[in-house]
Amino acid sequence: MQADSTLYIYFPAPGKKCNLETHTSTMHTEEQNNSQQESRRNFIKKSTALAALAAASPIIVKAAENDEKIASYFEKIPLMLEINGKPYSLSIEPRTTLLDLLREQIGLTGTKKGCDHGQCGCCTVHVDGRRINSCLSLAVTNHGKKITTIEGLANGDKLHPMQEAFMKHDGFQCGYCTPGQIMSAIGCIREGHANSPEDIREYMSGNICRCGAYPNIVDAIFEVKNGGQAV
Amino acid sequence: MINFEYTRASTVKSATEARIKHKTSQFIAGGTNLVDLMKKGVTAPERLIDINTLPLKDVRSDATGVSIGALVPNSVAAEHELIQSKYPLLAMALNAGASAQLRNMATVGGNMMQRTRCPYFYDITMPCNKRNPGSGCGALEGYNRMHALFGASDQCIAVHPSDMCVALAALNAAVHVSSGTKERKIPFADFHRLPGDTPELDNNLQTGELITAVHLPVNNFNKAYYLKIRDRLSYAFALVSVAISLEVKNGIIQSAGIAMGGVAHKPWRLHEVEKFLTGKSLSKELFTEAAAIAMNGAKTYQHNAFKIKLGKAAIIEALTKATS
Repeated sequence: MQADSTLYIYFPAPGKKCNLETHTSTMHTEEQNNSQQESRRNFIKKSTALAALAAASPIIVKAAENDEKIASYFEKIPLMLEINGKPYSLSIEPRTTLLDLLREQIGLTGTKKGCDHGQCGCCTVHVDGRRINSCLSLAVTNHGKKITTIEGLANGDKLHPMQEAFMKHDGFQCGYCTPGQIMSAIGCIREGHANSPEDIREYMSGNICRCGAYPNIVDAIFEVKNGGQAV
Repeated sequence: MINFEYTRASTVKSATEARIKHKTSQFIAGGTNLVDLMKKGVTAPERLIDINTLPLKDVRSDATGVSIGALVPNSVAAEHELIQSKYPLLAMALNAGASAQLRNMATVGGNMMQRTRCPYFYDITMPCNKRNPGSGCGALEGYNRMHALFGASDQCIAVHPSDMCVALAALNAAVHVSSGTKERKIPFADFHRLPGDTPELDNNLQTGELITAVHLPVNNFNKAYYLKIRDRLSYAFALVSVAISLEVKNGIIQSAGIAMGGVAHKPWRLHEVEKFLTGKSLSKELFTEAAAIAMNGAKTYQHNAFKIKLGKAAIIEALTKATS
């Protein structure tokens, strides 16, 4: 990705006019050319399904007169990420959230979708070591970053101390919020806010547990914190 | 979410140029509010200009005070040694907002730009003059428990949701903005707007202007407290909040910077209360009188009259905690 000039990537919203000017991308790698060709093939495949739409929409009909332009309807943005220590070279729509990318495209379904609005904490992952809500983060804004999900915590068959502690203390019932709780719990300790049960409750307030396993979650985090293991 | 074009800006100038060129574009930094609004269909920019790689991530100190770059995450600002030592009120307010995950994502500039959490603004099936000018205000005669006491209009009675901004108002901060070619400083009191007849405008930024930093001037305050009252103990927006900065010498208040959150369309600075407190000795009676002055002129709606009693109690408690 170019660092010294503004990068324009053409991706018009459906029903919006095409603008040739912004189509002159400054970043034409072989990979992108491939992805554009791929997009064109996809377009041809999808164009049958679009025929009905095109007939009804003057803007799409107009765009269809020039396949260069409409091809970019399906253009995706290249994205480099490191996920759980493994490099990924991806191609995504700009509107894809980090959560949807992890679950739908990479197949890492350990990270859960709860509210999808940053209110429940189910989707918590680490970006460059800091806990965030992946549902409110556009994947494209994480270019070049290191992502850690619940799948990346264990070392082979050896679970992370926080995973062990959640099992020991029964820090869950249904388990749906647990990946987010564990990722957040590690962040809570790393940030230096697990010094008392009160401290833990405040700094874990972004993770909701419908089953009400809170006392056990607090016990698990407090034990890991007091155990002094590296998290 | 409706698709959009995406631009990654590498300089402030290229970001502001792109913003001016594309009328329905928006800057995106942490995205914690914007992505949510886009998912709900409240806003649908045709282009997002990603400003995350701009060099606006420093916290700097000089003889005039401390500047926080617009892209400094809320959590980094809250934990920063300069902020904790010189502006503890700001650190307290930052830590009272959102959750630890959101504070890691949300930036200082983005915090100022967040939209109201009025449920009528968020529900696109409801009338809302802020979201859809001319459609009416659903809250005016609706469920207005969270709504304003001061400075509202018959067009909009929403409140500004930020905690950080309440502290910045009390600390006489200034917002540094750039249009790419021209820079200016906006006193914090003039940054956000009251709704009047244009509730769709939250602030006085010109199109294309980008927040680059917030500046905190040197002050003599030696007492600070941020009190936030909400429906649960953590991770909820304020019903009312109070930011207190005081300079106290020998039990006498020398100067004060006080603001409230959750009561107006912008952080609500209490100039009358500050004037009243200055030169007086600390006492419970003084705080009670100050609280009464703070609520002068409050206008309530069907469901939010409780905020007057709550607001008074919050001011007394915040003053007590700041000075004890």
